[in-house]
Amino acid sequence: MLAALVVIVSVSPARAGMVPKRMVLDSGLVLLTSEQRALPMVSIELLIDAGSRYEPENQAGLANLTAKLLTYGTQRRSALQISEALDFIGASLSTDSGEDVASVSLTILKKDLAMGLDLLAEILTQSTFPQGEIDRQKQAVIASIRAREEDPGAVAATKFAAALFPQSPYGRPVEGTEVTVKGLQRKSLQDFFSRYYRPNRAIISVVGDIGEKEIAQALNRAFSGWNKGEPSGKMLVPTNIGAAQQLQINKDLTQSNIILGHNGVTRGNPDYYAVQVMNYILGGGGFSSRVMDSIRNERGLAYSVYSYFAAEKSHGSFQFVMQTKNETALEAIQIARDEIRRIREAPVSEQELNDAKDYLIGSFPLRFDTNRKVAGFLAQVEYYQLGLNYPEQYAGLIRKVTREDVQRVAKEYLRPEQLITVIVGNLKKLGEKP
Amino acid sequence: MQRFYVGWLFAFFLVIAAVAPLHAAPVQEFVLDNGLKVLLLEDHKSPAVTFQVWYRVGARNEKDGKSGLAHFLEHMMFKGTPSTGPEEYSRIIAKNGGRSNAFTTSDMTVYFATMSRERIGIELDLEADRMANALLGDKYFEPEKKVIQEERRLRTDDNPISALSEVASAVAFTIHPYRRPVVGWMEDIQHLTRQDLVDFYNLYYAPNNAFIVVVGDFSTAEILPKIKSAFGKIPRGAPPPNVWVEEPEQRGERSVVLKKEAELPFTLLFYRAPNLKSPDSFALDLLSVVLAGGRSSRLYHELVYEKRLARSVDADYSAVSIDPMGFSVDAQLLPGIEPARVQSEIDRQLEKVKAELISERELVKAKNQVEAAFVFAQDSIFGQAMKIGSYEIAGGWRQMDTYLDGIRKVSREDIRRVARQYLVRDQRTVATLIPTKEKPQ
Repeated sequence: MLAALVVIVSVSPARAGMVPKRMVLDSGLVLLTSEQRALPMVSIELLIDAGSRYEPENQAGLANLTAKLLTYGTQRRSALQISEALDFIGASLSTDSGEDVASVSLTILKKDLAMGLDLLAEILTQSTFPQGEIDRQKQAVIASIRAREEDPGAVAATKFAAALFPQSPYGRPVEGTEVTVKGLQRKSLQDFFSRYYRPNRAIISVVGDIGEKEIAQALNRAFSGWNKGEPSGKMLVPTNIGAAQQLQINKDLTQSNIILGHNGVTRGNPDYYAVQVMNYILGGGGFSSRVMDSIRNERGLAYSVYSYFAAEKSHGSFQFVMQTKNETALEAIQIARDEIRRIREAPVSEQELNDAKDYLIGSFPLRFDTNRKVAGFLAQVEYYQLGLNYPEQYAGLIRKVTREDVQRVAKEYLRPEQLITVIVGNLKKLGEKP
Repeated sequence: MQRFYVGWLFAFFLVIAAVAPLHAAPVQEFVLDNGLKVLLLEDHKSPAVTFQVWYRVGARNEKDGKSGLAHFLEHMMFKGTPSTGPEEYSRIIAKNGGRSNAFTTSDMTVYFATMSRERIGIELDLEADRMANALLGDKYFEPEKKVIQEERRLRTDDNPISALSEVASAVAFTIHPYRRPVVGWMEDIQHLTRQDLVDFYNLYYAPNNAFIVVVGDFSTAEILPKIKSAFGKIPRGAPPPNVWVEEPEQRGERSVVLKKEAELPFTLLFYRAPNLKSPDSFALDLLSVVLAGGRSSRLYHELVYEKRLARSVDADYSAVSIDPMGFSVDAQLLPGIEPARVQSEIDRQLEKVKAELISERELVKAKNQVEAAFVFAQDSIFGQAMKIGSYEIAGGWRQMDTYLDGIRKVSREDIRRVARQYLVRDQRTVATLIPTKEKPQ
């Protein structure tokens, strides 16, 4: 009954009293906890290895629809009973899916936790996927796909991903397309659910007004019917990487929404931290970044301009994102390219380096200044296998980055000749006089 | 992203309405000799402090033809003082491990940073400096104007729902400044001058027209002397002019249509309603929860779940504002659904809460949602500071204390009564987004 307590490691955390603990429950479910008694509430984050990478291309949207339907019917409760139960106690329970993992988030008052855990267990083990609910959610997903179409930034992001990772789940929208979503069958959802929603593929992080022993017991009890399945899949590394290209989408907009980018680094790459420092100086550092100076402050070309490296387990991307009126799109792209070239060709200054490190190290605790954020953070630490002492290690990982490292990683991971350029805007006005 | 204005009508007050305020929060109030009020709330859950300076000025204080002035000034406040270079403020905060930003609404302009207890004194000194000594340098005026115009394009002109709410406000209010967008009309922004900013700064940025909110891991004994020493020497300003505009009674439904490249129709019903100064505000708050709080709420259940007309539906009540704003219901429709059909379905639901009492269970459910949200809201020091400041702007932070009590006292009859009194067709504005697929010119 009690958990097999494999490891309990405590660290002196960056958050006062974060004290994360880790254990593996009977079912193989990995549990991370942080006891926070200040408020009578509990935040739970569950990640499960059931993302869209496991769906066939002609069933794009399957993982997403499966995740969406979890709260729409179990063996014991209808969709209406679930929402009525949650609303009555003011709790929030949401589900989502990405390319790699699906996620479930629950925020609930401590007094209602037992009921919340029962419901959580139900949706993860006894979801029934009623046909009527499938039809409803298909319609909702299709509307959501359409809504994304009216967000120019989202359109650009979708085009960019498709160009960078062709023929890969990482290049497809997680929601699927109108055609593939319409074609999804109940049987496929049930099969996907029963194959991938397994405790030995999941991480659960519980933060709040409860101790680790108490929560471990409660989870073992609630999840007693959740049986192990096949282990997590091997990493899926995209082999086909899109070459440099220009993609232009014409829309009746006042601004061009621009993404420049290419292949990036994985989360486990030893250069990950040097890349973060380098990118902070280039475009990740908010008002401290070079491009904020050259594109926004000096020339007034954009309100929002930034760059980032999205780093996943098996793949990653570099993206430089901005919006500027159509007439100045080409000028802004040129400056962006110049900045990318500059950080490769010349070393950054000592001050730039130190400012970047000081921010990254100094602001680290702000990444988990609420229970909700701690829950998300602990789940990520486990998922990326950063180690429970990651909060202690982080400063050292950043501090050791040198100016030479910054230039080396700029040369290695910024590749002007490979840049994919996406423009969503009024194309006729590109390059016109404002 | 950074330095944002907030569309008053739907964006900002949605946040405030969604979370219940603190009950009897141990907020401490101090007032310096120069009139600067200081509101402190110690909260040691997490090793961070949020420090915020709130100016009692926003788009509400602008004159016709000068819309966007308060927001423009907010941007220019980052352009330095005699002792801090342009954009250096943000860099100093960042290199000290802090996160900083600012925002403007109709009612207020707020500057803030969140950082460790050891470093928060840096923010404190920088804010005191720019309260008194901002240069608003001429050299940075024109480039920043372009930045703000890009901000407007990004957030409003190319965003169909936000463009709709802008035009809805312009129709719902005829003389009250809430009719103007916080970011400003494009033409107005174009014609603002640096002198406009300087005059506005001199008029409104003074300790007696501002207050400070600090929440987090600090000690009052330590921070209060620092605040007194940094801000206490700034002289009191002349009392800023009051805004005395009362929107006349609306007599008859107004309607506005926006045709724009978009995918999904959107419909918005905006009813005139009182703010927190009215005892009806508690019942109106609960009414919004009954209508659209969660999947089991009336509108969500009917429009999204049962009848499958809408992708999403919301009801927002903006209690926390200086002058009365309103109560709104909005819905993003599923493809191919006629807005008229959705509007009549919403009407049917609203008529129902006016005709029949809600069930006892619905009332308890709505109150439970408010109380749970109230606990969850205390998880964030930033969120708590926002709430204290918003209440202080709208009518005094002490009104937070009476909130939960007020909510608990609401009866089913009260909810029916306020629905009857305020959800009146003659006092509403109906705004509709009709998607077009025009080819670019």
